[in-house]
Amino acid sequence: MRVFVALWKREVTSAFYTPMAWVILFFLLLVTGFNFYAGVTVLNHGPTEVTVVESFFNTIFFWFAFLLLFPLLTMRLFSEEYRSGTIEPLMTAPVRDSQVVLAKFFGVLFLYAVIWLPTSLYFLIFWWQTHLYAAGAVGAFLGSYLLLLMMGMFYLSLGCLCSSLSRHQMTAAVMTFAVISLFFLTGLLSFLSGGVGALMQGITITFSPIDQMTQFSRGIFDTRPVVWYLVMTSLCLFLTLHSFQARRWRS
Amino acid sequence: MIVVEGLTKNYGSTNAVRDLSFTVNRGEVIGFLGPNGAGKSTVMRILCGYLPADAGEVQIAGFNIFSESLKARSRIGYLPENVPLYPEMRVGEYLSYRAALKGVRPRLVAEKVVDALDLCGLQHVRGQLIGTLSKGYRQRVGLADALVNEPDILILDEPTIGLDPNQIREVRELVRGLATRHTILLSSHILSEVEMTCTRVLILNKGKIIATGTPAELRMRSANLLAGSIRMEARVPDSATALQEIHSLPDVASVSLLDGGGEWSSFEIHSTGGDPRPVLFEEAVRRGWKLRELSARESTLEEIFTELVKAPSSAPTPSPRENVL
Repeated sequence: MRVFVALWKREVTSAFYTPMAWVILFFLLLVTGFNFYAGVTVLNHGPTEVTVVESFFNTIFFWFAFLLLFPLLTMRLFSEEYRSGTIEPLMTAPVRDSQVVLAKFFGVLFLYAVIWLPTSLYFLIFWWQTHLYAAGAVGAFLGSYLLLLMMGMFYLSLGCLCSSLSRHQMTAAVMTFAVISLFFLTGLLSFLSGGVGALMQGITITFSPIDQMTQFSRGIFDTRPVVWYLVMTSLCLFLTLHSFQARRWRS
Repeated sequence: MIVVEGLTKNYGSTNAVRDLSFTVNRGEVIGFLGPNGAGKSTVMRILCGYLPADAGEVQIAGFNIFSESLKARSRIGYLPENVPLYPEMRVGEYLSYRAALKGVRPRLVAEKVVDALDLCGLQHVRGQLIGTLSKGYRQRVGLADALVNEPDILILDEPTIGLDPNQIREVRELVRGLATRHTILLSSHILSEVEMTCTRVLILNKGKIIATGTPAELRMRSANLLAGSIRMEARVPDSATALQEIHSLPDVASVSLLDGGGEWSSFEIHSTGGDPRPVLFEEAVRRGWKLRELSARESTLEEIFTELVKAPSSAPTPSPRENVL
């Protein structure tokens, strides 16, 4: 456990020692800030059917920033260690492969959480200024951020897997983006198939972050996506561990 | 401390290490010598558990490096070639991190880090970013990292590569100081360095040990291998006839004229095994040659090395290249 904590701490602090985390944080807040502004502006034009929280989490700005985040956060994780050779002192120390993989995953997950945390300020400011809640119920806040965390876990673990496969950060980033896009776009199939059957809807709700977010940001909790993301995260981490161990046999 | 048995490693179709066996005892300082690509780094990486071997056994302090990897790894301090470090971390911080990774107890970490910093002369840069350090200091940080948990065994891959002569001397002295407390295995292609620091030398070429022994033993062996080259400089009436006369002496296997143009002629003489210098002296006195030099050259490790390495490893005569120990 001490080894895991040491590894995890290095992952987190290193991210903030380099400009990377700060730059990502800055631009994410820029985009989501605009997103929030747009949501409030819509309210100013008259009554709408959606709350501020719903409109915040269901725009193209949000999704675009969200998808771009993962390759940027995860590409360096393993690739940089391979490339700079620091993997050698790391793996000749008495540490388990699983400790390294988990420390990297939870390190980047923490970073991801820290990056999204300031967006809650928007809703606090909204409440402070208007004395109105930005959502219909507390569950809508919790639901939105819970889904954000769940999706984050899955996509970050996919990013870990891609990074563990390549010495090149760019290759890892492109792979991550492609795979995440595939999963994300599969959810859009329901739009293509027109009149949606019950089966099709059942499938797409599992895949479609957009449908899920529409529900969760209304405060409707569905266990299916939660289970799906937890299972997929475990699977990706398991594969990451094996791909990481395979480096020995590749050299 | 280290037992290596039948170690083999291939990279694709290239044999990096072929059926290597050796033993390192507690307190020894072993020099791993070989040209680039001889397999030194590969062997070291296998010993540290970084690479798996294709065949063979490695025991580190009694633990198998494959099946009891964590226990074995905690006994080793490893300095990889080129010392990869995290440039964004500070020296003291990096060492604390490494100490924690290597299982040093939390309340001892600060103390051990200070010890390592002192030992490697890093105290005044402990707050500096590693990325801003010079090559020499990076090397010292790597060494401090290897030492921080006071392991039984130190494995140092080219510890002095890329350093200036002053730094080389410092590192060499550091290594010599460490030898009292640790068993050390270091690799190098600088022979004088190995000659000065090591108690035993393993010469590696194309993944095989081609010679082992103390520096002195290897030098003695080379006396046979190089067949004791002797240099003689004398004033002779005619260098061509002198050449004939020297050749006819007992114990002289061959003689060649190095420089016969001027007043003094110089000859290089190879003996058949014995020392022909007394006979040469008597001959010179008898013929009235004036002698200016008559010396046997003691071959350096450098020459032994070149001699061993350039000899084809598949030569059918096993005698001179067979392991001494």
